Formats: sequence, C-alpha cells, structure tokens
Amino acid sequence: MMNLQVNGKPIEIEPQPGETLADLLRVRLGLTGTKIGCEEAECGACTVLVDGEPVVSCAYPAERADGKEILTIEGLASLTPNSYQKVGDRSDELGSELHPLQEAFITHGAIQCGFCTPGQILTAHALIEEKPDLTSTDVRKALKDTLCRCAGYPSIEKAILAAADAIRTGEPVAPPTIDLSSKPLKTIGDINFRPDAIEKATGTAKFTDDLIFDGMLHARVKRSDYPHAILESLDVEKARALPGVVCVLTATDIPGENNHGLVIFDWPVLVGLGERVRYMGDALAIVAAESEAIAAEALTLIEAELSPQEVVDNPVRAREEDAPDLHESGNLLKHIKVRKGDVEEGFADSDITLEHTFYTQTTDHAFLEPECSIARPTEDGRMEIYVGSQIPYADRNQVARALGWPEKRVRVMGQLMGGGFGGKEDIAGQIHAALLADVTGRPVKLLFDRQESLLVHPKRHATQIKLKVGAKNDGQLTAVRTELYGDTGAYASLGEKVMGRATAHSSGPYEMPHMRADCYAMYTNNPPAGAFRGFGALQGQFAIENMMDRLAEALDIDPVELRRMNALQVGSTTNTGQILRESTGLMECLDKIDAEMRRLAKDDGYESPFAPLPAPRSPHLVRSWGFAVAYKNTGFGGGAPDKASAEVELYPDGTLEVRTSSAELGQGLVTVLQMVAAEEFAMSPQRVKVLVMDTDLTPDGGPTTASRQTYVTGNAARYAAKTLREAITTTLAEKYDQPPDQIRFVEGLAQVNGHKIPLGDAVALMKAEGREPRVMYEYWAPETQPLGEGGDMHFAFSFAAQAVEVEVNTRTGEVDVLRVVVANDVGKALNPLGLKGQIEGGVVMGVGHALTENYIIEGGVPFTDRLARYRMPNITQTPEIISFIVEHPTEDGPYGAKGVGEIVSIPTIPAITNAIYNAVGVRIDRLPVDQELIVKEIGDKY
Amino acid sequence: MNLWKKYHNAQTVSDALQALAEAPGTAVLIAGGTDLMLDLQQGNHPPVHTLVDVTAIPEMTALEIRDGELFIGASVPHAKITKSQIVQEHAAALATACGLVGGPQVRNTATLGGNVGHALPAADGTIALTALDAEAEVASLEGRRRVPLEQLFAGPGESTLDPRGELLVGFYVPLGESNQASAFKRIMRPQGVAIAILNTAVWLQRDAQAEVIADVRISIGPSGPVPRRLRKTEDTLRGKIFNDETLAMGVEVVVEEANFRTSRHRATKEYRHHMAGVLLEETLSMAWLRSHANEGVFV
Repeated sequence: MMNLQVNGKPIEIEPQPGETLADLLRVRLGLTGTKIGCEEAECGACTVLVDGEPVVSCAYPAERADGKEILTIEGLASLTPNSYQKVGDRSDELGSELHPLQEAFITHGAIQCGFCTPGQILTAHALIEEKPDLTSTDVRKALKDTLCRCAGYPSIEKAILAAADAIRTGEPVAPPTIDLSSKPLKTIGDINFRPDAIEKATGTAKFTDDLIFDGMLHARVKRSDYPHAILESLDVEKARALPGVVCVLTATDIPGENNHGLVIFDWPVLVGLGERVRYMGDALAIVAAESEAIAAEALTLIEAELSPQEVVDNPVRAREEDAPDLHESGNLLKHIKVRKGDVEEGFADSDITLEHTFYTQTTDHAFLEPECSIARPTEDGRMEIYVGSQIPYADRNQVARALGWPEKRVRVMGQLMGGGFGGKEDIAGQIHAALLADVTGRPVKLLFDRQESLLVHPKRHATQIKLKVGAKNDGQLTAVRTELYGDTGAYASLGEKVMGRATAHSSGPYEMPHMRADCYAMYTNNPPAGAFRGFGALQGQFAIENMMDRLAEALDIDPVELRRMNALQVGSTTNTGQILRESTGLMECLDKIDAEMRRLAKDDGYESPFAPLPAPRSPHLVRSWGFAVAYKNTGFGGGAPDKASAEVELYPDGTLEVRTSSAELGQGLVTVLQMVAAEEFAMSPQRVKVLVMDTDLTPDGGPTTASRQTYVTGNAARYAAKTLREAITTTLAEKYDQPPDQIRFVEGLAQVNGHKIPLGDAVALMKAEGREPRVMYEYWAPETQPLGEGGDMHFAFSFAAQAVEVEVNTRTGEVDVLRVVVANDVGKALNPLGLKGQIEGGVVMGVGHALTENYIIEGGVPFTDRLARYRMPNITQTPEIISFIVEHPTEDGPYGAKGVGEIVSIPTIPAITNAIYNAVGVRIDRLPVDQELIVKEIGDKY
Repeated sequence: MNLWKKYHNAQTVSDALQALAEAPGTAVLIAGGTDLMLDLQQGNHPPVHTLVDVTAIPEMTALEIRDGELFIGASVPHAKITKSQIVQEHAAALATACGLVGGPQVRNTATLGGNVGHALPAADGTIALTALDAEAEVASLEGRRRVPLEQLFAGPGESTLDPRGELLVGFYVPLGESNQASAFKRIMRPQGVAIAILNTAVWLQRDAQAEVIADVRISIGPSGPVPRRLRKTEDTLRGKIFNDETLAMGVEVVVEEANFRTSRHRATKEYRHHMAGVLLEETLSMAWLRSHANEGVFV
C-alpha cells in the first residue's frame, strides 16, 4: 500500500507495476486535467506539483510519490488566498471557483487549445509560492520547458505577472491591454472570453484521451520498418495468440475500400501482401487488446517480411526518369503553372536580373495533444468516432468507405483539440479504430504516442525554390520566374493544394507585368506532406522576400521603399490575373511597420534600422532589423466551391445555439461564432451556446483550413442568425400588429411598441404558428476561378508587414530574436482577444520555423523520431511582439473580416533572415538558420 | 509487459545495495529517473524486475560542508544544487552547470549522481565536477571507497562501477580558497538534439601579487570518449600572466589536445574547434574575474 495526499485528500492505494504518476492520476484517480503530451519529459504538459515542486509526471514513478503531497490542476482553486478579491465587473462571467492564476489566464487570453494550460498554471503556481514578487525573467526561467504550441507565451507571461500581483496585493487581477477593433460593434470587435476557457483552466475540459468507455479496448498499429519496400509476407498468428489480444486485422480484413485520402484516395488503410510500402508510417496490421501494454507487446510478435526498394528521398530525384515509380500514376502529383505576360520579354526589358535557389525544410505541427481516436459501435448498428479532427465530415466519409457503409451509419463526434495547425486534417487512427470496433463489437481507443505522431501525420512540404527576378534601375519589377519542387512525401494528402498556394504566392504580394512559375509536387518515400499553417504561401514567400532584400541592395534602394514601389494595391492585377477591387491593406501595414521600426531603431541609436549595431560593451553581439511583407488567401479559391453551413436555434429560455461541424482547434472559432450570433440578436454572448464538430447534430461547415472559417462559417452563422431574427420579427409584428421595423432587439429582449418581450416568448409564438425557431443557412462564398483562367482566384487576401530585430553573436553564430513589430490587415478584428493569440502564436511559430524547427529525414528514415529531436520555441525564445491591427474590410466577409490564422508566421521568417544579413552580412538561403554557417561566413574563423 | 515489476524505495545505502543484489531478476538503480524512465518507455532499456529508488536515502540527499570539503549527495536534484548558497560559493561552475541541465521540472528530479553515472562525455554536471577536482564516494556491500571523478568512466555511456554491486553515494569537492574561482559555459544548437555541442568548465587560482594563473584545471566535453581534464592546456596556462596572448596560447593547445569529432545534426569538428577557443577564452576570463571577487571571501 502507498499513502499519498492528492489535492489535500489522503489516498491509500495499492501500487501497480510499471505505473507512472501521470497514469495513477489520470487513469486510476480520474484526474484527467493532467495531460500527456510526449512521455519524454520534454513538453511539460503533464506537470504536477510534488511537495510543492513542479515535476513531469510522465517520467515520475508513481511509487516514489508514497508519502508525498501532490497538487494537480483540479486542486488549485481551493488554494485561492482568502485575501484575494475577484474581478469586479466580470465575476458573473467567470463564476466563483477560480484561483487568481486561472482567472488571469482566462482574462488575458492565455488559453487557446488549452492542452498545456494545466501544466502552465501549476508551474506558475509553484513559482509564485516560491517568489511572490516575481519578475518577467523569473517567469521565463520557470516556464522554459512548459511548452505551448499555440505559443501564446506573451499572454501567458502577462497573466502570471498579473496573478502574482493580485495574490500579493489582494486586489483583483488587472485586465490586459488589448487593441480592440477601430470600430467595435456591440459585441463584435470587443473583448469576449473563450466559452471553454473555464473548463480548460480548471482541468475539467475533456480531450479524446480523457474519455473512457466500459469494455474499451486499446489499439496499436504495426508499421513498416522500411521507407520503401514490398510487403512479402505477414504473420500475425503469434500476436493473435497473446493473452489479452482480442483482435488483429490485416489488409484482407477491410470490408470496404482500402484507400483513404482528402483529395486523392491513394493512402492505404493497411498495406496488403505484395503491395508497396511507401513510407515508414505505413500500417501493416492493427491490434486491439485489453490494455495498451498488451497491444504494444503484440506488435513485437507480428512478423513482417519486407523487400526493400530504392528509396526516393527528395523531389528532384523523384522527377528523374530512372527513379522508381512510387504510384501507378508515377511520381508527379501535379505540375502547377502560373503564367502572366512573357517573362523572357520582361527579363530583356530589365536593367538587372538576380537568380538564386532557396530551400525550406520539413517541419512538424507538434500540436501538444497527440492524435487519439475512439470508435464505439452503438446498439443500433452505427459507429461513433470520438476524435479531435479539423474535418469531421471528411472523417465520416473516409471511415464509412473503409467499413463499406453508407456515410450516415457513421457519426463523428469531434472533441476538444489540443492544437491542429493543419496536422489534424488527414486520417490518423479513425479508420483503424473503427475497423477494430466493428469486428470486436467493443469501443476501441487508438492513441498515438508522440513518436508515432511524429512519424505518421503529414508534415509541411520541404521545398526547393529557384527564383529569378528582373527589375528596372528605379526598382520597378519587370519579371519574376520561379521553379519549385515540393516534397509531398508518400501520399497526396493536400499536396496539390499546398504547392498550388506556394506557386501562386511565389512572386510575393507584388505587381509585375510578367510572371511564370512551374511547380513540381512530387511523391517521395518521406512522410506525407500536407496542410500546415501557412500552406505553401509560407515557403514561396520566404524565397521572394529574401530576394527582394538582395535586389534592394543591388539597386541601392531602401528595402521598404522597393516593396512599397511594387506592392499590391487596390486596382493591381495579381500574377494569376486577379484584379484587386478592395480590402488590400498592404500599403498601410507596410507604412505602419516602417514608421514604428524607424522610431524604435532611432531611439536605440541605430544609424539606420538596417545597419549593424554592435552592443557597446560586447561588440560581438550585433543587432539589426529586417523587413518583410506577405499575403495569404482566405478560403480555398481556385474554383473550388467554398461553402459552409450553420444552424441557429432560439430556445424557450431565450438562449441561442449555433451549430456547425466546423472545428475548434484552439484558434477561437467558437468564440467568434458566439459573438456573431450575439451581435445579430444584440444579446450577451454568454447567452449563446455553440455546438461544433458533430456530424449528426451539426451541419457541414467544411474543412477548418485555409484561414476560411471566420469568413465562411462566420457568414453562415451570421446569416442564419439574421434570418432567424427576421422570422421572429415577422412573428412578433403579426402578433402585436406592428410594422417589422418597429421591432428591436435589445439586451436579449425584443422591444415591441414599448413592451419588452423575453425572446423565449417568441419561441412559443413561433411554435404555435407551426414554425420552428431555428434556421439553417448554407453560405456560399463568392465564386473563384481555377488557376490559369484569370479572374478572381480567391475571394479575399490578408496582408501583413513585419520588422524583426535580431541579435547575432558573431563568435558563436547564435541568433536571438529580440523584437517583432507586426501589422496585419484582417479586414475587421472580430474577436480581439483571440486575434492577439493568433498573432503571438503566428510570430512564435515563424521564429521556430526560421531558427529551431527541423524535421530531419535521412534516406526516408526520420531522424526526428521523438520530441527531444524536434525543438519548438519555448517562452525564453519569445520576442517582444508589438502589434498593429489594420482593417480594410472585405465586402462579403462577416462585418468585413477575412482570415488571419496563417498569415502571421509568413513574414516573420524572411524578416529574421534579412535581419541576420543586415547584422552580420550573411545571406541565408536555407532553413532553418544554421549558426555554424553564420560563424563560417562572417570571417576566416575556420 | 510492465516496464518494471517491483519498486523499492530504499531507506539506506545498504538497503539499496541489498535490494540490488537480492532482486530475483534484473535490478537497476533509479535516482531522478528522467533518463531511465524514458529509456524504459521507449524500449531503449529492456523492462526490469526491480527498480531500486535511491532518492529518499538521507545520506545521499545531503548537501553540506563536511570536514573541510563540500559534500553533495548523489541523489541531490540539480535544482537544489543550483540554488545552494554553498555550492555557488565553493563550486560556481557546478552551480551554473546544474542550472542548465534539462528544464526546470527535470531539474527538480534529475540528480547529480544520475548525471555522472550515465558517463556521457558532455554531461554538464560531470564536466563541472571534473574541473573542480571532485572525488566520488562509491559504496558496495564490502565497504566504501573514494574515486577521483575521471576514474569513474570506461567509455561513452559506460562507468567503471559494478551496476549490481556498487552505487554512487555522493561527491566531495575541495572548498574554495581566496583567489580561486570556477566558471562553466556551454554552446547548444537550437535545432535537433538537446545536448551541448560543447561545454567547458574552468577552475583557477590566481597569484594576486604577480597577476598570473597560479594553477588551473580545464575540462571540455565532448573532447574524447570520456569526460576528462585537458592537462596539456592546463600546463600551458599555468604560471602565465593572464592576458590576450596567454589566452591565445591556451586556445591553440586546446584544439590540439582535445579530440573533437563531427556529430550528426549537432556540430562539425571544425565548429567545435572554433567554439572550444571561444568557450575557453570566455570561461577562463569569467573565472579570472571571479577570482578577484573572491579575494578574501573564503578566509
């Protein structure tokens, strides 16, 4: 027996062999607020306090806790100091059972996906207990290894400082300073807390792995040992015979189609005998067992004979004639072309041409919640899938195909998601869990461990981009030609779309008379590449923004001025032939950043922002600024029908519900939808409930990708709410015999002729008329044209400019990003607190992409096989972020809004590399930045 | 398949040694466990029968000045060493090194004994202890012995201790004296593997009259298969006036003496050569500066 205290309660419990503290807390004590992100002692999500000290419970043997006191997130609220006063005007929204730290995290917008939140809060709590008068430096030191992939580090830091102040003084937690929309409406453009923030702050939020069903089995997947091979034989009998194993399935056991995919069905659910293994993550067999440990042991008993084939490990090799074909269609997924004018004529007409080749690396989303799917057969013969997915309806379709069922027999019930960033669009374990659940008749959970997550899901495309630009001596661009190779890995996923964006964005947000781009999206034996925040536009613009600085230098023109001269504006024609008619705020972004950067640089004694500034007493530390701009489409575009449906219902208690299948992955869509409906009814957002991601209960909002949801589902919800409001108005107008325009909605009441009618009464009236108080609206975004046909390829673009100040250590080559000044044209800032989170996270992800992140693959074999080999930015690497919101509304967007989810990361990367050049004269053409290269190129060091 | 069957919270050193010797199957010591647990979970270490936990043994968690020496128990976690006033005073290099290992949570459990016991050529704590001329106390059922730190290592990841019969009780570090000081620095790569490209610990004694380096000890990791002192470099610097010329001489010798290699995704040999010079210069300078600050503080 061991005895421990958990959240102040004595617990006596029999120890179990091999149990970690995290498992004891989560599985046996049901305290699922403690999250498991890596089981490598790397991410800090599982942090709990043992005798007051933060430890990672995933690497802490449970039995060591014998005699110790454990604090988990569930126990924190009871430790609120008595002296502490709650936030005055917001206390009704927050309830009473919150610790000041929890309250501060909510009010400061420090919670997004929420998966890291318990670990953050507990780490911070230990720090405040140890040092009540903590500083920013203390926070950064203490939270160094408590990672947040939504990367709201600045908000986390400020929340902790505010909470510490409140605890020390007994005063309420000070609210943050947030830039609101320049023209806030009643709810839109103002502060609104995430509706899920309280449960995420208190640890009651349930993510998929937190769910347990009676009789649930645990699944594991046997994957390939080779990146390219033919499966010669497969023997699963020993695994089947292992006690505790309930089911082992191979390709022949799939009742329906064996291939899945989002666009092209080319990805085998299970590789069959004689078939081709195309990457290390390919599945050969699946096991369901009574425990995860038994399932894992069963995998070791499966004997697979594979005959290795030549590994195609890069897209250039893949296009060579003698390269082995990985798919029947060959290795070319798509040759993508952009044509405008005649580039040869443009180059002939130019005074100067520059040419260079750039390389971007593979990166991983590294969302802190690894993929988890639970499939549960129901008594009426259906299958429920519990999963955090960015495209619930696509999951339903793909699961049904594999089962050989009509789609409606499958119900996908989306759960809270611990981040996605594009990495939860493809199938992970959904189909495998469903197949096993179908055969066994029992619920089956398939949880990826971090290593499996890193191996299996699609990554960001690595690219090679050859770029040639021509310009006049005055800086006017005459022609841009690009040739891109994109490594789409083993399967198509969204490769064609991603590389399409890369190609179309490869000449940057500039106007030029001649442009030609050719992109080869190639299959290889690397892990598949697909959607990832920035979606190709990131890679393409790294190259051009780097080149623009080279051109500015060659022409002796200020780099900002060169961009200003060529920037897209209203009236410009893009390289795909789209005339921009509105909502093109690039110039304002550029001007704002230019002015702020020059002001800051001047204050610091820079001769020019782009000149090197050595530190007075440490001349080997050299600072400088770098500048970059970007644009990014909102929505699919390219002729793809882009629609979303939402349903809004008024309930008898006067509250509203918005329903759509669109996904909440931490980015804040639910908050936006809540605000939209509240705005239309002029009621408090707290009276609006939002239900998402359930294919039985919510209409299809389409994929959560392409920065599209605020726009499309936001519009669907808005029009549904508006239509419902009009229907209610009609009912009330008839009932009270008033003209409809005399009926107003104020504070959740309808005002008719001086009477205030609770909205719930309208429900009864409508029902009495035989009308349902709900409206489903299918919103179709403005039509777009396919690439190559001219016209509007996209219905909206977001624009951004950034200036980054770096410090380069000339002795070591180390680069530190100090400050990032950002301006984003978002059309309209609907949800300023959420917007702040997207901007902070976007910048930090950009810093990671430039400096720390690299998913390394060697000959098709991932070297990055664990989180310890994938460095994502932590709080100590987070720069100061100064943000400007620019609002050039787009006519069809909800209240003028367009997407912001992706654009922020894009300019950060080239702005950093441009700043490095300005500091030490080293051009970076390959990501991530190599500190060795910097030292080597600075001088004759070695 | 459980990763371990039995977990034994040892109360004394002999209790731990007995549990190790008497376990019916494989038995392994566990201190902080931040490496061992991961190795077990990731299948890099086969499952074991018994884990013998040594983190609650009072003798091994002591951190004190004992008979004119600084004693640091092998089970003292890194965070406690970093924050310890007496370690900061007498073994600054170790305090710094321990503050850089892992992250804050890991430092609350990972122990100095674990850092040394893994015998990795660039373990931060180990490199600092080596330059500080530390000795380890090793216990077996037969008795105790003291071993100079460098003699604990047989090869990369291989210690000279008997894994079933011996354990590290703790480390003795000579107390600092007037005009002595130490320093530690390291360089990391922000991508890939979170192991130092190079780390450097320096201890020196300054001759206050002549402003010369009266004595010096230098350890750089990884500069060979095992953590070690760079004695040629030390000899070159010993007795020299502290100036740029001396530093340059030191840098020249260090590159000759250390056996730097290219490691995949971490650093090239050439970068290590260059960085060894930078780190040696910066670490020596810091220790030299501190030796002035330490003038008289230990009397």
